[in-house]
Amino acid sequence: MAQPAAVATPPPKAPRRGTATPRRLPYLLIAPAGLLMLGFIAYPVLSVFYYSLQNYNVTKPWRNGFAGLDNFRRIFTEDDQFRSTLAFSAQWVFTQVSLQLVLGLALALIVNQTFIGRGISRAMVFSPWAVSGVLTSTIWILLYNSSTGFSRYLADAGIGEYGTSVLSDTGTVFWAATVTELWRGVPFFAILILADLQSVSKELYEAASVDGAGRLRQFFHITLPHLRDAIILATLLRGVWEFNNVDLLYTLTGGGPAGETTTLPLYVANTGIEGHDFGYASALTTVAFVILLFCSIVYLRLSKFGGDDK
Amino acid sequence: MTALLTEKNGAARRPVHPGGPPPASRRRTGRERAYDDVPRWQIYLPLGLYLLFTLIPFYWMLLFALRPAGSTALVPWPMTGEHFSKVWNERSFAVFFQNSMIVGIATLIATTLVALAGGYALARFDFKIKGAFMLALLCSQFIPGALMLVPLFEIFRNLQMINSLWSVVIAETVFQLPLSIILISGFIKNVPVSLEEAAWVDGCSRFTAFRAVVLPLLRPGLIAVGSFAFVHSWNHFLFALMFLSEQDKQTIPVGLNTLIGADSVDLGALAAGGVIAAVPVVIVFAFIQKWLVTGFSAGAVKG
Repeated sequence: MAQPAAVATPPPKAPRRGTATPRRLPYLLIAPAGLLMLGFIAYPVLSVFYYSLQNYNVTKPWRNGFAGLDNFRRIFTEDDQFRSTLAFSAQWVFTQVSLQLVLGLALALIVNQTFIGRGISRAMVFSPWAVSGVLTSTIWILLYNSSTGFSRYLADAGIGEYGTSVLSDTGTVFWAATVTELWRGVPFFAILILADLQSVSKELYEAASVDGAGRLRQFFHITLPHLRDAIILATLLRGVWEFNNVDLLYTLTGGGPAGETTTLPLYVANTGIEGHDFGYASALTTVAFVILLFCSIVYLRLSKFGGDDK
Repeated sequence: MTALLTEKNGAARRPVHPGGPPPASRRRTGRERAYDDVPRWQIYLPLGLYLLFTLIPFYWMLLFALRPAGSTALVPWPMTGEHFSKVWNERSFAVFFQNSMIVGIATLIATTLVALAGGYALARFDFKIKGAFMLALLCSQFIPGALMLVPLFEIFRNLQMINSLWSVVIAETVFQLPLSIILISGFIKNVPVSLEEAAWVDGCSRFTAFRAVVLPLLRPGLIAVGSFAFVHSWNHFLFALMFLSEQDKQTIPVGLNTLIGADSVDLGALAAGGVIAAVPVVIVFAFIQKWLVTGFSAGAVKG
């Protein structure tokens, strides 16, 4: 992976003025990024760990103070909502990542072919990538609307019935939200895979077809092995992203109906921002972070990322 | 442009001219066609279905935004601008639009400049904490913005920046930085060091050499990174929702959310608001589309 970067030697000329000698220059260059990340990523992360050991509730300041592991005890022994949101998060991430992988791979393979109208098709199928979670929700709320949405026209045509709102029915809300998230998730996956697909050497396919390998065998023996690392990385990043991201579900379902679509981060946001219980929210955050880290490490181990293929 | 970069862009631009002659490098040998000759229906049928899935929602939004309230026609005719003027004037989308523009452009500038410096350091130098810095960049990808809301809120409150657009700009920039640095350093690695060295021999300082030789070659990469930063901060919802509580400081996604949350949802206004939210990103997207795939393959995937 990380190749040693070319060391750019400065030209033999008069000694430089000021502090920007080449020895210090790289540090100077990463300083702005480094300081911003220390201040607004590292420090917040540490303070989350710190708050997780505190009673810290803006509305009940008289109880604030060191709480030890009490927040964590509450999470694991008393909090039923934690368990159900965690279960939903797992279901949500698994469904999204597996469907996005299958559909994104198929889409990438299709638009990697040469055909008439490829450029414009690519632009169109990738376009939801640029659309935000809130805008996605907006669009699909219009589609799902029970009185003027798509279902009304289907009902007019004799399919389904009037007045069904898929977003307020516990039986359908999961799939309604899933389709919505797929709409904007698949293009991103497809873009990542397509980027890697373009570096497969044509000669490999030529050689394979000379040897009489059909398209299916070529796919499983050339394309898929080549894409392996990209797929592992893309699924991992998407998994983390789908776990963390809250804006779609927050605006589409608000976590409802009846908490049916509340993910762990959504629960954290509700506890911390609306419930003002920062200490408990921080403990939940810490638990979510540990779970995420653990799953990522296990995933990378199991998939032998960057390992001994070939 | 050097051969290196034109070749890269050429690969990405090719599909934009589907009718054009096949590039010279593609020899149409019989063997090669054996792979490429997928039956046409296997391309157009799934692609057509997927296009319907992609485009119907967009059409639906336009339909609701353009047809008069109460109409159920499937074609927005007669057309009306009432929903647009309503959200723009009465629902303060004019203000939200301006705020979103400020946040988007400021984030674009800050991210690009800071990431350019960091990316150059990573691409051209070996230094002691380089490994640690790279690790920090990668690890930060795992840290959820949503879960950082509480401490970030605290920080901005202590800095007295709640209800200032700058709090959102800083937060967006920070979360854009890791990926942007990795992307830009990927682009810089693609520019041969020998070009810079030649300029040094000619007496240029490191900075002049960078500005005169490297920077022009980075234009596609910078446009890609800047556009990502703009689109992300334009779209992002949670930071703006949490740090900006005053109505006249809010951004478009927050404005849309208030429309969604309204007691009686005005679908026409909601759709018009959606179109207003979509227009800038659609323009940016059309502009960067040809660099999108190259951008990822140059920077992110190969690291």
